[in-house]
Amino acid sequence: MAFISSGYNPAKPMEGRITDIGPRHFTDFLPPVLAKNKGAWDYHEIIEPGMLLHVGLSGDKVYTVRCGAARLMSVTHIREICDIADKYCGGHLRFTTRNNVEFMVPTLEEAKALKADLNGRKFASGSNKFPVGGTGAGVTNIVHTQGWVHCHTPATDASGTVKATMDVVFEEFTHMRLPAPVRISMACCLNMCGAVHCSDIAILGIHRKPPIIDHESVDNICEVPLAVAACPTGAIRPTKIEFQGKQINTVAVKNERCMFCGNCYTMCPAMPLADKTGDGIAIMVGGKISNRMTTPKFSKVVVPFIPNEPPRWPKMTKVIKKILDTYAGDARKYERLGDWANRIGWERFFEKCGLEFSAHLIDDFRDPAYYTWRQTTQFKF
Amino acid sequence: MAKHKTPLLDQLESGPWPSFVSDIKQEVASRYANPKGIDFQIPAECPDDLLGILELSYVEGETHWKHGGIVGVFGYGGGVIGRYCDQPEKFPGVAHFHTVRLNQPSGMYYKTDFLRQLCDLWELRGSGLTNMHGATGDIVLLGTSTPQLEEIFWEVTHNMNNDLGGSGSNLRTPACCLGESRCEYACYDSQEMCFQLTNEYQDELHRPAFPYKFKFKFDGCSLGCVAAIARSDMSFIGTWRDEIRIDQKAVASYVGGELAPNAGAYSGRDWGKFDIQKEVVERCPSQCIRFEGGKLEINNKECVRCMHCICVMPRALKIGNDRGCSILVGAKAPILDGPQMGSLAIPFIKVDDDYAGVKEFIEATWDWWMEEGKNRERIGETLKRLGFAKLLEVTGTKADPRHVKEPRHNPYIFWKEEEVEGGWQREISDYRSRHQK
Repeated sequence: MAFISSGYNPAKPMEGRITDIGPRHFTDFLPPVLAKNKGAWDYHEIIEPGMLLHVGLSGDKVYTVRCGAARLMSVTHIREICDIADKYCGGHLRFTTRNNVEFMVPTLEEAKALKADLNGRKFASGSNKFPVGGTGAGVTNIVHTQGWVHCHTPATDASGTVKATMDVVFEEFTHMRLPAPVRISMACCLNMCGAVHCSDIAILGIHRKPPIIDHESVDNICEVPLAVAACPTGAIRPTKIEFQGKQINTVAVKNERCMFCGNCYTMCPAMPLADKTGDGIAIMVGGKISNRMTTPKFSKVVVPFIPNEPPRWPKMTKVIKKILDTYAGDARKYERLGDWANRIGWERFFEKCGLEFSAHLIDDFRDPAYYTWRQTTQFKF
Repeated sequence: MAKHKTPLLDQLESGPWPSFVSDIKQEVASRYANPKGIDFQIPAECPDDLLGILELSYVEGETHWKHGGIVGVFGYGGGVIGRYCDQPEKFPGVAHFHTVRLNQPSGMYYKTDFLRQLCDLWELRGSGLTNMHGATGDIVLLGTSTPQLEEIFWEVTHNMNNDLGGSGSNLRTPACCLGESRCEYACYDSQEMCFQLTNEYQDELHRPAFPYKFKFKFDGCSLGCVAAIARSDMSFIGTWRDEIRIDQKAVASYVGGELAPNAGAYSGRDWGKFDIQKEVVERCPSQCIRFEGGKLEINNKECVRCMHCICVMPRALKIGNDRGCSILVGAKAPILDGPQMGSLAIPFIKVDDDYAGVKEFIEATWDWWMEEGKNRERIGETLKRLGFAKLLEVTGTKADPRHVKEPRHNPYIFWKEEEVEGGWQREISDYRSRHQK
């Protein structure tokens, strides 16, 4: 490999340097019909799963075909997306906030041809490259984090759990037959860079073993006071121990106080938590973001732990499918999963979904915990 | 020919959902074949070794990525995340595997010439693997080495006219819904506001000076496609304060069955004939809708703008004309003090071309948080620690019942001395003149 210079001169880093220019303005990329009707749309329709029609006050129409995608995407795949956009859409496309891809065309005929084309494209081993769907009262794409592909703190993989889940609920991606939209999200540790805390169904990687302390390294690679301060429960204290005949500065962890958040590891790489049997998945349900009818809600933990079972996490997908199917069969039209659980009562939710309730599911973290306990004699037998 | 056997990952190639394993494999094949004769600046085996190390994690149930590593481009404190694997001998192609975040365009619209440029760049100077997009919204370029960072930055700024995104304790890359570009519910131009404020605060975005991360998200309406209310330290959510516009003829068409309710979003199941009483009137959270004698009436003064009726009958009901946004503060995921939803700080503000009122609020909020916030404390946590009223005080916002779900449950009011007649300075002798010991 010969180093290829971009034009950057390391000897004079400021020479010709461009900084602080921000992103490209979106009008550089808008399809002309969208630029023309911007701020003047009249209405939309979902023609069929994955196909939308937007009509402007001008009478202009644009058809959108939405398809799923893995958010981990190669440049080869992006180039194929570009080829499709060049062929059908004048070189325009967009991504949705949930990692779907949208192609916009002027007529229904073109939309149908595009849909057929997208649904016909397969990877070498047979999975769909661009399955059309993800609209209306169904399951759309799962937003997720990096997992074992790229992150230093995960308790599980993200891409794999998402693939396994989407395969199991795929029929709901291509249909609109649920009582309301169901948003599934995945975060591979409590840090939740995927912020799954307001999802209808959340898949969350969790640790269950306190950090192992690498005494040899603590004082060299960590700021001990920062590691101590990082612990929300005060479980970490500075200490001195004898290590290989020398007195060294390190930390001690009161294990029974550990809530396995991993914040110490974020501050101090000499305190890893990852562990094959300790790590796994918690399932949370009933969150939402929309203000439609009811106010936004946090997701609640309904399964405290499911072991990691790569590559397909069968116990996890079984639980998700059971919750989804029970909700689909029992909820009223427009009722989001959490609104359904609130209406029937959480005691009924656990019964209907066949989930075991345990003390792990009763909140005991700081003041908000109290507000989740039942302060009424109203309950169901 | 792949270097590593990946029997576990191979099982993720079947099934209908797009397989990321199959996609990585096609990139492996493309790099080894290298029909264009590219002089890869990152080892050709990079995606192949990524599969190898991922397979190892699938076997061992533990990640193989090391903690951190401070790398970046000159003059910026964010935008690049250092990453090294802990098995570099076995997987040399991913020994260095840094991430570069690029600031995505508002609404994530692209033209293919831009994306092809991006692909060419990342094929030459990276692993050929990306995330479209990361959880905050950035274009995420996965896997490169330190010597490539300045080269990538140069090409991105010079050839693509684009900048890096945020990372660390700074303003993270702001994100918005697609807004007015293709949605009739958009109450303000969320894309333009996202773009303008991103540019206004480039220094805060690239040079970490905050106690912790800070996210802006711009949702055009209360349905929240970009999850502002749950995921952003400061959320801008579109709303209106006049009347929902009603087209009675279209209402009749929904009632008569000529128009599909919910724009067809529920058409996959037979829910029976559309019942406006049951599906709209009775579902209104503030019970401000009446349907009598074939006429729909909305008591707009009592409407909380949840948008359910509009979603059910989008051809008949339209958002009001006096539009703006609400500003909420403090949303975050659970780390550390538990999850927080954004709390309403500014019920309504007009979105003007210069965003003057919005900027004033932002800057007053930041000044206070930068002064009072502890290291790694999100503003939502600072608010919990010091009280919501403090935010109102420092931003000069008058307290209003809209700021609370209900008034406080305890009488422990932190009165200030100046609020109490006569102040707090008292003489014990004066007290004793009335009260014996």
